[in-house]
Amino acid sequence: MIKLKVNNKEVEVPEGATVMQACEAAGEEIPRFCYHERLSIAGNCRMCLVEVEKSPKPVASCAMPVADDMVIKTNTEKVEKARKGVMEFLLINHPLDCPICDQGGECDLQDQSLYFGKSTSRYEDTKRAVEDKNFGPLIKTVMTRCIHCTRCVRFMDEVAGTHELGAINRGEGMEIMAAIEGGITSELSGNIIDLCPVGALTSKPYAFTARSWELNHNNSIDISDAVGSNIRIDEFNGEIKRILPRENDKINQEWLSDKGRFFYDGLSNQRLDKPFYKKSSKLVPCDWSLALKIIVEKLKLTNPDNVAAVSGALTDIETMYTAKEFFKNINVNNIDCRFNLSNIPTSNASDWLFNSGIENIDKIDKLFVIGCDPRREAAVLNSRIRQRWLTGNLDILSLCTPNDLSYKFKSLGDDISSLCNITVQNNIKRFFENSKFPMVILGDSILTSKQGENIHNLVKIICQDLNIIRSDWNGFNVLNKYASRIGGLSVGFVPYDGGMSALNIKNSLKDSKLKILFLIEADDFDVNIKDLKNAFVIYIGHHGDRYAGSSDIVLPTTAFTEKKSLFVNLEGRPQFTKKITSNLGKAVDAWKIFKALDQKISDKIKFNNHSELLKSIFENYPSISNIGNYVAQKWIKTNKKKVLLTSEKNNFNTNNFYQTCSISRSSENMANCVKTILKSKKVKDEFI
Amino acid sequence: MLSKNDKIFKNIYGFSGFGLNVAKSLGDWDNTKSIILKGKDWILEEVKKSGLRGRGGAGFPTGLKWSFMPKELKDKPHYVVINADESEPGTCKDREIIRNEPYKLIEGILYASVAMQAHTAYIYIRGEFFNEYNALERAIKECYENGLLGKNILKTGWDLDIFVHRGAGAYICGEESALLESLEGKKGQPRLKPPFPANVGLYGCPTTVSNVETVSVVPEILRRGGSWFSSLGNDNNTGTKLFCISGHVNSPCTVEEEMGISLKELINKHANGVRGGWTELKAVIPGGSSTPLLPASMCNNLKMDFDSLKALKSGLGTAGVIVMNKSTDLIKAITRLSRFYNHESCGQCTPCREGTGWILKMMNRLCQGNARIDDIDKLNDVCSQVENHTICALGDAAAWPVQGLIRHFRGEIEKRILDNSLRKSAE
Repeated sequence: MIKLKVNNKEVEVPEGATVMQACEAAGEEIPRFCYHERLSIAGNCRMCLVEVEKSPKPVASCAMPVADDMVIKTNTEKVEKARKGVMEFLLINHPLDCPICDQGGECDLQDQSLYFGKSTSRYEDTKRAVEDKNFGPLIKTVMTRCIHCTRCVRFMDEVAGTHELGAINRGEGMEIMAAIEGGITSELSGNIIDLCPVGALTSKPYAFTARSWELNHNNSIDISDAVGSNIRIDEFNGEIKRILPRENDKINQEWLSDKGRFFYDGLSNQRLDKPFYKKSSKLVPCDWSLALKIIVEKLKLTNPDNVAAVSGALTDIETMYTAKEFFKNINVNNIDCRFNLSNIPTSNASDWLFNSGIENIDKIDKLFVIGCDPRREAAVLNSRIRQRWLTGNLDILSLCTPNDLSYKFKSLGDDISSLCNITVQNNIKRFFENSKFPMVILGDSILTSKQGENIHNLVKIICQDLNIIRSDWNGFNVLNKYASRIGGLSVGFVPYDGGMSALNIKNSLKDSKLKILFLIEADDFDVNIKDLKNAFVIYIGHHGDRYAGSSDIVLPTTAFTEKKSLFVNLEGRPQFTKKITSNLGKAVDAWKIFKALDQKISDKIKFNNHSELLKSIFENYPSISNIGNYVAQKWIKTNKKKVLLTSEKNNFNTNNFYQTCSISRSSENMANCVKTILKSKKVKDEFI
Repeated sequence: MLSKNDKIFKNIYGFSGFGLNVAKSLGDWDNTKSIILKGKDWILEEVKKSGLRGRGGAGFPTGLKWSFMPKELKDKPHYVVINADESEPGTCKDREIIRNEPYKLIEGILYASVAMQAHTAYIYIRGEFFNEYNALERAIKECYENGLLGKNILKTGWDLDIFVHRGAGAYICGEESALLESLEGKKGQPRLKPPFPANVGLYGCPTTVSNVETVSVVPEILRRGGSWFSSLGNDNNTGTKLFCISGHVNSPCTVEEEMGISLKELINKHANGVRGGWTELKAVIPGGSSTPLLPASMCNNLKMDFDSLKALKSGLGTAGVIVMNKSTDLIKAITRLSRFYNHESCGQCTPCREGTGWILKMMNRLCQGNARIDDIDKLNDVCSQVENHTICALGDAAAWPVQGLIRHFRGEIEKRILDNSLRKSAE
């Protein structure tokens, strides 16, 4: 610890801290623009200048390390002059367009000029104007407002790892610009909007739709992927205006993927607001009682073995739990939440969780990624790996992954069967030797292979045999990509007592053996759309997406912003979404449909409202009852023998990062991204 | 006046020809082997004893700077980097050295590399110095061929490789940390200090950046002893220095003289006097464009060394003496310098990026007299907001000439403003 004085107040800060941190420890607020806790130090805005005794010049507090017995002053005339001077310089070329600037009301420049600036300007000459740049369909630029703090450049270099931005020209002519014309392609690009301290980079979809002080802020979670990023949803006049990340160092730090940030406009497109039933091969609107009556009659006439249910990517735990209870009561055991035909084992939690925890990525020293595309399946998690990699001493090995994961790694190729090769196994063994915190990430993507179960078992054996599983460390991690998956596995929305898995349901549908199929928000169920004609299909969902048109009954439900619902992220961390807007038309929370059906048939479900439902879930599944936290799951050793894998080549490159669920498929923002980013991507970003 | 014997750069004008043999006949590379074998501590000691101060402009004691390098070579290599990016307006000393006496520089680098335990040296040469670059490459090639560079130099067991890197024309790359950035292949922008290059320099390794002239005088110091060098000049301002005299003198030149020589003697003896005679002198910029000018009234007994000039709120800088006689429009001259600094600002930090532009705009108006009297104070205040608040010294360099002008020639600026307003009202 280092002792020093700030404005005659003694403080103690850890070694290596900066003068700015010392000032903050002493309760002094230091104005800043370029400094950001999660980015490297640039020291270029010069706003944070303070006086340090014995130093002839004022020093940039963000970049200066503390020393013993330093005497720092932040309230002297010299400091005030420096701050006012810098503020004046920043403002001489900054346009006075705050009334029409989207940053207005949450602008660092506005706030700090109020507290640290002069009230008048002495500048009489003409202001500089800068041409706006094309940063793609998500980011609006007004480059005249730029104060050249380079936060966006540093973010792209350090966190996103795509190096797409830079500053060209020098002096007054300096401009922030994309290296390649035609926008930026990173899946984390939206974060530079939050980082920009002024209105140079603002959200294009949000432009001019609300003022920041009118918005109602709501804490919720992102369900566009399985990371469970914490978000803030801003609502105005019953409409969702924008989504921002919320700081949570355990999960998403303060970043959010572009999909999670911008797919919200899909919530007002293609929505279902009333039940439909099929009348002479046409879907016609009806009321709930008729729709449920049809279903009940149909169910009563059908052998439970010929009834099946598949849940989808956005299904909450309440729905899957209630549905499971309902189906159990009517003896249907063909239920599955693995709509992507994954062969992930369903009995032990440690088999499907990201056991090490996202936070612990910060300390790993060896990483082996198998069969997934972390950059596009869990963009925020991937950036954390990159940040860890940038600090050095992390070796990465990969098998069956794309080659542009934003960090350097040694690839073992695209063939999963090489895991059975003796030399490869020895290499892996050598790779993990002497590692303190080894990590293996196994993608759910590769488990969709027919030999998925064997792959899972083999990787488990490798982990068990090496030092990856220890009493104090579990380095076996499964990377799931759907928000609902861990929840579904946790509450056991999987086939039981010899029931059919999603794959068997698909086959049975194809062979016309299946009579009734419940699609619970399961538009991504990997099935041939023509086969749906072979059964009576009940479509439950909030969007009229892929399979709605081929169904016999369509039941409208609420989306994640219209209900309080429980999701478990890939670490096993349960979190709630928040009800922000009201239900659309006759839509209801999906679990209520199954409660109503149960009432009409067996009437065994006891809970009557959401809190009773939650109580029931938490009683049965205590491991997901601790909201916001996760419990490390016990490692269950595998006793199954190794099975030789057959050759199967795939690199799991996600072609379309932007459209992976019914909300993102209905989103205009995401469609624009696909149109401009994916289709015009001429240059591969291989440079790291 | 410096005696012929004490001159270090005997062939600065190239009158004796070019080549390793010529250099050797004039005393270079004499006794090199034994100097290398005396080791790093001896070299550092002699350089410290000589009182040599950096010739690049800041005048930091060279021996001290070299001793900041880690004492022992550890897991990271050490680098010596030579700053030959001489771009300061009014300065042309390094150019002459590289053009005609590159062997002195190479020999100096060799001793510096021994003193700092570096086996690799880089010379970052200004891109515009094309002929000089060729001369340097030729000299280095010759040295390699004669076993004066490369492996096991003169059978002493010492290895040294020198690489020459050409800049691309940015003045800011003469700032040592921007130079390192540029050398690494990045955009030439100064780094934050600390860490200083001696700890984290080129490619993150300990590095010392030295000026061409500084390193070139080291061989002579080591051969003749630090005490010989310190016997020249004054206390704390020892040795000889190359002065570059330009502007309104009868014969502009670069000349080696003793530190502390009077300005009058320097100009009269070597440059054939001020055009129109000493009485015609209006002002002098004593040390390259970034040092504040001094009016003729202060020049009569002016000693040309670091401390004397600092006492007059100016500086010796690179010793590029720019002489201006009474035919000069001083405001216009300083405006031209403001334009230079505006053009050369890297744009990284706020005060310099925005300030240099503002200063230029105001100077342009002052040039025309198209301003108010209180604009002068505003300009002075803006300069003081740039000065000391930037990452590197370019902000200071942009502010100083203007501050010097206002300090010494405020009357002239006011007169122009008044004349202009009178003319306007007459129209």
